Amino acid sequence: MSVIETRDLTVAIGGRPVLRGIDLRVEDGEFVALMGANGSGKSTLVRALTRLWPLTGGSARLFGTSLDRFHDWQRVGFVPQRSTAASGVPASVWEVVASGRLSRRRLLRPLSRADRAAIRDAIEVVGLADRHADRVSQLSGGQQQRVLIARALAGEPELFFLDEPTAGVDLPNQEALARTLAELKQRGATILLVAHELGPLAELVDRAVVMRDGRVVFDGEPLDDHAVHDPSLGDPHTHHHHDVRRRADHIPDIGIGPHGQRGDRR
Amino acid sequence: MSTAELFSLPFMQRALLAALFTGLAAPAVGTYLVQRRLALMGDGIGHVAVTGVAIGLLTGTAPTWTAVVVAVAGAILIEVIRDRGHANGDVALALLFYGGLAGGVLITGLAGQNATKLQQYLFGSITTISVGDVLVTMALAALVILVCVGLSPQLFAAAQDQEFARVAGLNVRAYNLATAVLAAVSVTVAMRTVGLLLVSALMVVPVATSQQLTRSFRTTLGAAMLLGTLASVGGLVVSAYASFHATVAPGPTIVLLSLAGFVVTWPLGIWLRHRARLREPFPILAPDDHATTAEHPHQHGPDCGHLAVPHGDHVDYVHDGHRHAPHEAHYDEH
Repeated sequence: MSVIETRDLTVAIGGRPVLRGIDLRVEDGEFVALMGANGSGKSTLVRALTRLWPLTGGSARLFGTSLDRFHDWQRVGFVPQRSTAASGVPASVWEVVASGRLSRRRLLRPLSRADRAAIRDAIEVVGLADRHADRVSQLSGGQQQRVLIARALAGEPELFFLDEPTAGVDLPNQEALARTLAELKQRGATILLVAHELGPLAELVDRAVVMRDGRVVFDGEPLDDHAVHDPSLGDPHTHHHHDVRRRADHIPDIGIGPHGQRGDRR
Repeated sequence: MSTAELFSLPFMQRALLAALFTGLAAPAVGTYLVQRRLALMGDGIGHVAVTGVAIGLLTGTAPTWTAVVVAVAGAILIEVIRDRGHANGDVALALLFYGGLAGGVLITGLAGQNATKLQQYLFGSITTISVGDVLVTMALAALVILVCVGLSPQLFAAAQDQEFARVAGLNVRAYNLATAVLAAVSVTVAMRTVGLLLVSALMVVPVATSQQLTRSFRTTLGAAMLLGTLASVGGLVVSAYASFHATVAPGPTIVLLSLAGFVVTWPLGIWLRHRARLREPFPILAPDDHATTAEHPHQHGPDCGHLAVPHGDHVDYVHDGHRHAPHEAHYDEH
């Protein structure tokens, strides 16, 4: 049984097809990197799999259960794409992480000993034990990202969706993230990581799935950051490439000749 | 009149009870509104409730109940408009501000009532509150407090990060609606104390004050409820004493006292946050070259007066733009 399985999954936003014909299988314990340019649909796919966006066609299964009948959300940990973990009122690191335990708590019951242990463990795994009482808004962006991961961890899920956890995060924090994810992988978690670039996470990845314009264009061996942006995968991102050739086939011919004069063709 | 006599007056005792419960309930909901960056929602609902009061005056039913019904309906409407994304949260609020106030004044006129009657509800009239009103106020306020404290893990999570809460299996829309309804109920609860036009102050100002000094959500919530109670009971007592010398309305006194609390705490909060930022540990990076200071005339130590900032396994002393770490017999430049 696959942990994630989609067949011909389609998502439309405002009537426009965004994801088309996605067939994806992720097996138990796999670490899959979902890559591709901005706007290629990788975040939308994660949002569809977490039911934040409805499917318009095809099917998706989590742990063998169809998505619309799936209720075991405590088996799923979600790290949304966020620049900050703060809100309008101060919240401590411990409190934000503790909110990740909600999927396992009943209404109006105090935290059990197991809840507290899971919260403490989650904060320790991301290396923020000494900051647990601090305001989240006082941490750096990378540390806040680690708080969001600890929040997902606190529910002790088996499957993690991480949406761009390394975006805008400095190198020491990216390395701390990599250590956390290595620990999760070692515990046997299944991880689907959305990333534009992998950086220090590259060595953890078992498989890469590359998306372009709402379709999967590559599914196989991990790729390095350069290969993902290979023109054969259709990625127009060339910001760190040496071979910057503009493809001019979409530039309209406005009839300006080599000397800049109109009407050369006449 | 002596203090004992003042507090033995039945209307004063009723007013004190109403102030106590209002002061506890309003900031409890207010904390969740501020967390969701909807600090003005109380104002929006307050304006809608004006129409509710006017309907009560027109039909001859108790204005408190018509206000509750109309305020709850308005709050749900604000939440639905916001949720469906047809308008921004602040635009939705603005629409109801104007509609509610205009409708209220128009209907009061139709009812043949003069503005004085409406003014009781706009700016509060806590000292004219009846026994029945006190009981209703206490019951509704107790309900608000119970829900706000009892469901605080769920309400906190839903307000902190909607998407995460939804994936965790929480019915976020229901909790958002519950917050809106609670806000509407506490608006009508506070209507008699500070009045509909000032109600939002009692919901928001104590929260703004307490978050100057707090680090966690729970202490912010608790401190806001405490500050709200101090302001509402204190404001009532102050205005009662002052009324021997001049006409001092309790509603504005409560709000101004609450604001005074903020004015006092605000600079303290700025100073505390500045201090915390200075003491933030320096990031631990692999050491590069070993730069030592020149001859150092000063001996650094725990009480040497220089800012000591943790840096990995040691402490850096900060002075004049340098970070000096003791190393053997000299100081390293970090």
